[in-house]
Amino acid sequence: MNLIEIGKRIKDKFPEKVLWFRCFREECDITVIKEGIRDILEYLKKTPTLEFDYLIDLTAVDFLGIREPRFDVVYHLMSIKHRHRIRVKAQVSEEDCFIDSVADIWIIADWFERECFDMFGIEFKGHPSLKRILMPEDWEGYPLRKDYPVSSDLGDKEWKAYKELKELSKEWKINES
Amino acid sequence: MRSLTLSYDYTTKTIEVEKGIKIVPGANTIITTLDNISSWGRRSSLWPLTFGLACCAIEMMAAGASHYDLDRFGIIFRATPRHSDVMIVSGTVTKKMAPVVVNIYHQMPEPRYVIAMGSCACSGGVFNTYSTVQGVDEILPVDVYIPGCPPRPEALIEGILKLQEKIKNYSEKNSLLDFHKQKKINHRKK
Repeated sequence: MNLIEIGKRIKDKFPEKVLWFRCFREECDITVIKEGIRDILEYLKKTPTLEFDYLIDLTAVDFLGIREPRFDVVYHLMSIKHRHRIRVKAQVSEEDCFIDSVADIWIIADWFERECFDMFGIEFKGHPSLKRILMPEDWEGYPLRKDYPVSSDLGDKEWKAYKELKELSKEWKINES
Repeated sequence: MRSLTLSYDYTTKTIEVEKGIKIVPGANTIITTLDNISSWGRRSSLWPLTFGLACCAIEMMAAGASHYDLDRFGIIFRATPRHSDVMIVSGTVTKKMAPVVVNIYHQMPEPRYVIAMGSCACSGGVFNTYSTVQGVDEILPVDVYIPGCPPRPEALIEGILKLQEKIKNYSEKNSLLDFHKQKKINHRKK
């Protein structure tokens, strides 16, 4: 099925939930409100003519200081049977920093959502075990947010265990050098 | 009949072949200090820990394999810190990995040495980011720094030879007794 047709079909099916549909250089994306994300993604996966059975990637984008709402959660979908792809974006604001989990629709979304939570602090409602996947579990802050320090020196936000280690290491550095 | 006259007494006189090392040619004997022997043993069988963190580890493996062959320097990679003398920190150390690196460092028996291999281990390299340790010398006492991204196996070998030199120089300046005395003093300070 043609990508523009797919877009139209989703727009007709969920008129209140789709914000806009856009195509550029044979790539299409649908921007939706976050309340509708589960319905739309479920529809995309389960309709036989669409059958987006492969979630390529799930991540987020931070638009701090550029626009409101602050975050976009981005879903890259592909159908292995029909060989078509689409990108779905859901807008999430900083105040209500949560969105519905799709871990039961695509199993891989489990880890993607954990990563997204780890890096951006977006909560995925209904996720089986939402905890940090890359950073240590007692890490504070969300490193890929635009207001997070860029360099290695995190100042007050430094991970406590590393701070202690650095402090302790002074002893054995003197003893053994 | 041929007669052999010796102008030099090879059976009792000694010849100094190197600073602090004398041989008695006729008696097939070497005379030196205990420190020199132990340091010779140490530097001739530096066993590194099999332990790689990033792409530098690939160069380290290449240095250990048949083409560069670290075995000829008595360098045999060991799979446990308990057998190892030197830790080659080959690659980027993340803050999450730092406690693990320190832990295995402390599992190594003394005397132990640390080689920082590559830009990342020396100074953090290009990764001045939230998750990266800016040089492994923030958490460990480093003996030799090998720059490069990644350093070639020749550079690693050079670094190891520098470490051997360092061990040798250390034994010439300090005796084993001093080393242990110093340890005790430091221990009391704790």
